[in-house]
Order: sequence, then C-alpha cells, then structure tokens
Amino acid sequence: MLNNYLVSAFFVLSMLVLPLAQADIKSYEFAQPEMAERFVDLTTVLRCPKCQNQNLADSDSIIAKDLRSQVQTLINSGQTDRQITDFMVQRYGEVILYDPPFNKGTLVLWLAPFGMLLIGLWALWFFGRKSHDQGAMLTPSEQQRLAQLLADNQAPNKD
Amino acid sequence: MTTTSKRLLMLSPMLIAFALGLFLYEGIGKDLTINESSLIGQPLPQFIGQTLSSPSTAVTQADMLGEPALVNVWATWCPTCRAEHEFLNAIAEQDKVRIFGVNYHDQRDAAQQWLQELGNPYVFSVFDPKGSLGIELGVVGAPETYLIDAQGVVVDKLTGELNERTWPPLRDQYLQLLEAKN
Repeated sequence: MLNNYLVSAFFVLSMLVLPLAQADIKSYEFAQPEMAERFVDLTTVLRCPKCQNQNLADSDSIIAKDLRSQVQTLINSGQTDRQITDFMVQRYGEVILYDPPFNKGTLVLWLAPFGMLLIGLWALWFFGRKSHDQGAMLTPSEQQRLAQLLADNQAPNKD
Repeated sequence: MTTTSKRLLMLSPMLIAFALGLFLYEGIGKDLTINESSLIGQPLPQFIGQTLSSPSTAVTQADMLGEPALVNVWATWCPTCRAEHEFLNAIAEQDKVRIFGVNYHDQRDAAQQWLQELGNPYVFSVFDPKGSLGIELGVVGAPETYLIDAQGVVVDKLTGELNERTWPPLRDQYLQLLEAKN
C-alpha cells in the first residue's frame, strides 16, 4: 500500500522535474524553427569531450556549454550539419562523434559484433551436430547389445 | 572427443566471461577525458586576443613564434593549475623555457592577482574568458599544455598536471626542437 503511494509520488515528482531538464534548450535562439531542430539533433550526436558517456545536450560541463553555443553560432551562420561535425572532428578528433565512421581505427568496433555472431552460429552448429552424431555412432552390434541390456533391465521390473 | 577437452569446451563460456570481466575491471576509474588532439602536426590556429595584463594590448598566434615554447591553458578556478604552477615557475626560471598562457574561462582581476601572489611564469597570457580560443585549440579542460616548435606547429599535448613525472617526455622533445632550431 505504502509502495503504491511512493510509486505515484515518484511519477508526480518526475513530471515536475522533466520539463526543467529540457529547459536549457529553450535558451538558444534561432532564426528559423528548423535550425532549432538541427541544434537538438546535433547536440545529441556529438559527444561531450570532457565526459564521454554524455552528449553535448546532456552535459553541464564548461566545455559542453561552450560547444553548444558554438553549434548554435555555426547553425545561425548558415553552416550545414556536415560542416559543423567536421569543425568538431578537426578540433577534438573522431571520438566526438557518437556514430563513428568506418576506418582503420574503428575496425574492431564495427566488426566485433559480427565476429561474435559468427562465434555464436558456429557454437550452435558445433553442439547441435554433436548430439546427432552420438546416436549414429553405435555400430549394429552395439545397438544389438543395447537392446539386450534394455530388455534385461525390463525383465526384473515385471516381477 | 575426450572427456577433458569436452569439459574445457563447456568451461569456455565461463573463461570468456572471466576474461571480459578482467578487461572491464581494468577500465574502472579510468579518466574518461578525450585525450586525442587533432591539432598535433598542425600550426596553431589563427586568433587575435587581449593579453591578461592589459585589455588594450592585442596578441595573435604570430607573437608565440620564433622559438619552441609551451602554451599552457590555466584558470584560477582549477585546482590542478595551482598544483602545477610552482613547477611552471621553476622551468621558466631555471630552464628558461618559454611559456605562453591561455587564461581560460576566468576573471581578469582574479587571474592577475593569482599571478602576483604565485609568480608569473608566462611571457604573456591570452585572456580567453569565453573559451573561444580554447575551442580553436581543442581544449577540453584546464590544465592543458601544448608544445609548439619555432614555426608554431603543435608537436605534442599534455592533458593534466605538468610535474616532475609528466615533464621529461615533453622536455626531451623541447630540447630536440631547440637543437634543431640552433
């Protein structure tokens, strides 16, 4: 019962808090509404260089604030998304992109999941194959003996 | 297939999980700051800014050229900058290393007072209250120290404190640049 109250209190509180969490974005002014959308998209796909597990939109660090204003300035000055991400990569390296390009440095990152899938498929095939083989591995004489043993075993049970 | 090798095969998921655990454990507590400068091998970005000591004095990247030097990003709100300040004083005085400062996201009076109290190792400091020069340099946070050659090309970059432990690798490169120049 108390739990139910706690849960509803939590939901009411989170409804109050969530609009505040979004408030930061509203303080950036743009010439056109599409620009604001691009701002939201760009700050989502760009990583905060100081805190790698957050994007620019999420982070409250100095550098993230600076880069958010920089993205705003670049959008308002008419740069394309590509030009803006290039600007960031030039200064902070490719790590700043949450969606890293496919190249020599990111080869393992991109290919590892497929490698694991292959290992999994191989394991499925390998273990699946073995259980089939076991049945077929008995020679005719062995099969005869097995039948004999089973028959012997059943006989005393009937008593 | 023998029983032993079968057992080993059965154990392999556990071994893989153990190895993965070891790998992940190793990463716990690692600094997540991006430590990759795309500026290495590139000339200093073009900028024009005020010096910290005087709002009416403008400096550009050209004022940092001529000899190999360090460009040190610092701020009064940064505890690690305070920790390394004594060391900067020492190498500037004893080893005659040319150091330029970038006073990053700071207040002029606080920064001037800091230099008065703790000593000034810098030829000059560029006043960068909004971090715009910082963005051009790819600064992530203070302190950061760039080693540049006489032509202003960035040779190396150190993120974090400059001290007896972190200076030697930079010093070796600095001395090489000095030799190459003379």
